[in-house]
Amino acid sequence: MTPLWIENGRVIDPATKRDGPGDVFVADGVIVARLTGAQKKRAKKIDARGLVVCPGLVDIHVHFREPGQTHKETILTGSHAAAAGGFTTVVCMPNTSPVADHPGTIELINAAAKNAAVRVYPTGCITVGMKGAQLAPHGSLKKAGVVALTDDGLCIQSNELMRRAVEYAKMFDLPILDHCQDDSLTKDAVMNEGTVSTRLGLKGWPHAAEDIIVARNIILSAYTGAHIHMQHVSSAYSVELMRRAKKDGVNVTAEATPHHLALTDESLGTYDPNFKMNPPLRTEADRRAIIAGLRNGSLDCIGTDHAPHTPTEKDREFDYAPNGITGLETALAVCLDVLVRQNKFKLSRVIDLLTRRAAAVLRLPAGSLAPGANADVCLFDPEAKWTYDAKKGFSKSSNSPWHGQQLTGRVQTTIVGGRIVYRAGRIL
Amino acid sequence: MPWTRQHLLTIEELARAEIEQILATAAAFKAVLGRKVKKVPALRGKTVVNLFLEPSTRTRLSFEMAAKLLSADVISFDADRSSTTKGESLRDTAQNIQALNADMIVLRHSAGGSPLYLSKLLHIPVVNAGDGAHEHPTQALLDVFTMREKLGDLRGRKVVILGDILFSRVARSNIHALTKLGADVTVVGPATLVPLWFRALGVRVSHELRSALADADVVMLLRIQHERQAAGHFPSVGEYTSMFGLNKTRAAWLKPDAIIMHPGPINRGVEIDSELADSGRSVILQQVTNGIAVRMACLYLCAGGQPEHVLAPV
Ligand SMILES: [Zn+2]
Repeated sequence: MTPLWIENGRVIDPATKRDGPGDVFVADGVIVARLTGAQKKRAKKIDARGLVVCPGLVDIHVHFREPGQTHKETILTGSHAAAAGGFTTVVCMPNTSPVADHPGTIELINAAAKNAAVRVYPTGCITVGMKGAQLAPHGSLKKAGVVALTDDGLCIQSNELMRRAVEYAKMFDLPILDHCQDDSLTKDAVMNEGTVSTRLGLKGWPHAAEDIIVARNIILSAYTGAHIHMQHVSSAYSVELMRRAKKDGVNVTAEATPHHLALTDESLGTYDPNFKMNPPLRTEADRRAIIAGLRNGSLDCIGTDHAPHTPTEKDREFDYAPNGITGLETALAVCLDVLVRQNKFKLSRVIDLLTRRAAAVLRLPAGSLAPGANADVCLFDPEAKWTYDAKKGFSKSSNSPWHGQQLTGRVQTTIVGGRIVYRAGRIL
Repeated sequence: MPWTRQHLLTIEELARAEIEQILATAAAFKAVLGRKVKKVPALRGKTVVNLFLEPSTRTRLSFEMAAKLLSADVISFDADRSSTTKGESLRDTAQNIQALNADMIVLRHSAGGSPLYLSKLLHIPVVNAGDGAHEHPTQALLDVFTMREKLGDLRGRKVVILGDILFSRVARSNIHALTKLGADVTVVGPATLVPLWFRALGVRVSHELRSALADADVVMLLRIQHERQAAGHFPSVGEYTSMFGLNKTRAAWLKPDAIIMHPGPINRGVEIDSELADSGRSVILQQVTNGIAVRMACLYLCAGGQPEHVLAPV
């Protein structure tokens, strides 16, 4: 394998507290402190002038739809979208068809992941069929290679079952990722409940439905000691619950999505299903609270909830369109815009949220440029302006609210295990 | 000022002047309805398709009547007979109707925003005949038309909308129409059906009937759906009637010349005393008649007619 010598870039690696001009060296698929003389002679030089060089981004929340829904996305096309967005490690949700509640399904996913452009980790279901009634075989799922358990898209409604699930999964050191939603409060709901849903006459999803489950999970984590992770936190009240839980030392973590950072329910005025997801876009106050939560550590990381759907599925009445938007190809630019430019986050902080801290939630071997780490690297131009054409993107689907928008900040090169997988608009 | 809209989707997007144009056009058509020969040739040779994907006999009949009085050919699709029950999408259904050379679609649909969706998809006019809990523009237009007939200028007039506001497209369209025309609107009913969010639409929210009805010029009642009781929005129909039903005692709190309105169909003895519904203060049947004139005006304008050209009878 050709050694890599990435030079002239601004190296930002929160894991090793690097932030400044410097070189990054890669040999035999791992980061090295320096190249030997012989390696230097063979090395491929990558000129990173004007670029930020950081660990490959980590997304612990994607839907790659394989097996069973490959008309929306495959592990291969999803991994291409990831690579184009600078992501080198992703964690797939198990709401496939069949759902990943069985080690056989995990083996299928792992087999497809071998051909992926990036590292793809599977999760398994918490309950059989994601029906919220009976525990899935967590131990066998762990043996098959899952890194966490979740019924994402659905939330376990029974407190008793959730308690048993976290206790049982804790034996195998498997975190539980929960999509926090009290279903009794959100029947037929399609958007945030508030003044906008009132105006549009759409059925509202009150943030209280999220807050109740976030509180429940914090209580169960405190009671059992098990690690519970709150997926896509969208409400200000939930951010505050997380702040208090962390202050109390409860073993909980949480993620926020780029869309909840950037958009509010005011975007729904034209009933465009590309702004429909679950949990829904909320108010400006919620958006501000999520940004503050990422600043003060109440929320741990950013996860895209990349959720591809075909045009036929999305292009219909708002009430009937499925939830979810794609996000891998736009996440970095959106985070740079909202967090760095609008909210004056340090660039290194944003990279931390997208790399080391995301990996830390699930203890994945990623998110660092320390010598010996996997040579997963992202090179991006923080100032490059480009127009995102979702239809020409790498995802199989194009259901993005940023379609046709001008974005600032673009990935130039993505390296996985020392191999260049994406460069200047092309998958290699 | 010429009428420029091809579609009638919401009241919210209309300027006050546009509402006035529709009302003036409706007044001209109402005069025609008083003649012996009521039919005008305005839409002769055009086909209006009533695409009613949610059942509503009254609104459909009113639109059919309006289109026929304009000399249009009318085809009506009902929810239970239409291909959507076979899984055809709204997009495909509507594009088929357009391909059949229809000149206009009147859409009733249970999903809010679907008329807007259709209007972006088709090149023929789309008239919203009610979309989910969002809007029912022609109902609000016939309501304000009726109020103006009875009360004149609506500026400063106190209008109370009473009942299930949360799920009501009629309430939303009326709120927009009335606030644009300068009326002072209060929405009243149980807190579960009249959330405070409505304040953002420029109306007062009240859960107390007496103070809300005091000195009102208009009280508009909305139908109470029994399924709301099952969903826990109120304990029982009996309790609703005892707290919010309009009876003689409560009607006495209104201004002496106040009018009572209802978009129908009425639950007699639930939201309104039967006697009161038939009393001289009730304008419920005038609303139905005015509905034809207003819908004629909407179809006529969206088909490209101009307010000043309302045509003579055949
Ligand atoms: Zn989810």
